[in-house]
Amino acid sequence: MKHIKTINMGALKNSIAKPGCKECANSCQSACKTSCTVANLECENR
Amino acid sequence: MKLHKFKQMGMNIVIDVNSGAIHVVDDIVYDVLDYYKNLSLDEIINKLQTKYNKEQLEEAYDEIRQLEEEGMLYTEDPYKNIILNDNGPSYIKAMCLNIAHDCNLKCKYCFASEGDYKGERKLMSAEVGKKAIDFVIENAGPRRNVEIDLFGGEPLMNFKVVKEIVEYARQREKETGKNIRFTITTNATLLTDEIMDFIDENMGNVVLSIDGRKEVNDNIRIRYDGTGTFDDILPKIKKMVEKRKDGKQYYVRGTFTRENLDFYNDVMMLADEGFKEISIEPVVLEDKHPLSLREEDLETIYEQYDKLAEEIVRREKEGKGFKFYHFNIDVNGGPCVYKRISGCGAGYEYVAVTPDGDIYPCHQFVGNEDFKLGNVFTGIENNELIKTFKNGHIYNKPKCMECWARFYCSGGCQANNYSFNKDIHIPYELGCKMMKKRVECAIAIKAKLMEE
Repeated sequence: MKHIKTINMGALKNSIAKPGCKECANSCQSACKTSCTVANLECENR
Repeated sequence: MKLHKFKQMGMNIVIDVNSGAIHVVDDIVYDVLDYYKNLSLDEIINKLQTKYNKEQLEEAYDEIRQLEEEGMLYTEDPYKNIILNDNGPSYIKAMCLNIAHDCNLKCKYCFASEGDYKGERKLMSAEVGKKAIDFVIENAGPRRNVEIDLFGGEPLMNFKVVKEIVEYARQREKETGKNIRFTITTNATLLTDEIMDFIDENMGNVVLSIDGRKEVNDNIRIRYDGTGTFDDILPKIKKMVEKRKDGKQYYVRGTFTRENLDFYNDVMMLADEGFKEISIEPVVLEDKHPLSLREEDLETIYEQYDKLAEEIVRREKEGKGFKFYHFNIDVNGGPCVYKRISGCGAGYEYVAVTPDGDIYPCHQFVGNEDFKLGNVFTGIENNELIKTFKNGHIYNKPKCMECWARFYCSGGCQANNYSFNKDIHIPYELGCKMMKKRVECAIAIKAKLMEE
């Protein structure tokens, strides 16, 4: 493409194929304790 | 909202909200997107012909259409039914253990009322701690990973019990096949060589509190005699971090307030001290508190995040990069959609336990009797409340459904929502605004680094 450079093809939609194991951390456990961000957690089932 | 676009670091970035696709586009596409859904190609050409020629506009239009057809622009939300149909049980598998409702500091912004959570100053007994470990193991059901955060107050005021709890957990881990990960959050004042070795060996993560520059830290993080802690804690934090070899996690974590809106300098101070994992987070206080962040501070805060994002890119390219917690978004990975639509987990996957064994949806709700879920000795008594938290996801938060950042923050902090709006379903707006800025910065950093 000449005008658009795609840097992510839709990882969110593709993750629907994952099992949704819910083994990942809870967001407050990592550092924040006040300002919940879920997107910066790591997947335990890569 | 299906699309979000913004400009940062000289790039035009477009996020397709529902697929998670991210594009860097030129000015033509950026402008065409303003009209793409509402006007025909001819009308768009008419509208933008003073800026671009017909051929350019046709090309841009075609590229947008192609991505739309491929499911990377204007995608519909395909996830809603997943969560609405999820009637299965939930498992409590993460716990904040309030080892001490007491603290040797009286930081001016403390949400826990200088450690006592507005109650009696108290240390957790080993008996309660062990019972809490049993509780979480029993309630984790099929989940293998169990997380325990040793929290306070200041947990190291009760180090003997910390050791007993960890030892007990290791034994229970072997018996049950669970994988228990400990984190400890400490103000660093009580760190000794013995304690540091223990932490290094047993903690998956250690969160070390310092607010940045000496004058900033010592304005807020003070002892009972009013003296600051900086000179005492910085060498201890450095020593603790030096022990964290082989990729063992730590976070040097601070809070910024209205008195250091130039918190970029605090992040940099910590980075220049050699720390590689840094988190400086906005204070959450009611408007009338002198340290609270307010609407009129946002412009300055945004500038600070912009500056920080640019500096992080610069340092990364020089091989001197560091991680800023809130910018750690892995655009090609991160948690799956099941996690993102279910939220932070407070109240149904994650709970906090007091020194008396009382269970609350998270550490921020501790002390609010309306939110007591039960006790580790008697079990969960308020299953309705657990259900409320489980259903407190983005699809039940109308404002989140209008927001492009919903799959990044997943509905925000329930406790903040409650304390500002008395309803976990109504987002804490100032927090949302800062969150959105951080997500933009995080994505821009990744885009910039991929560009070259």
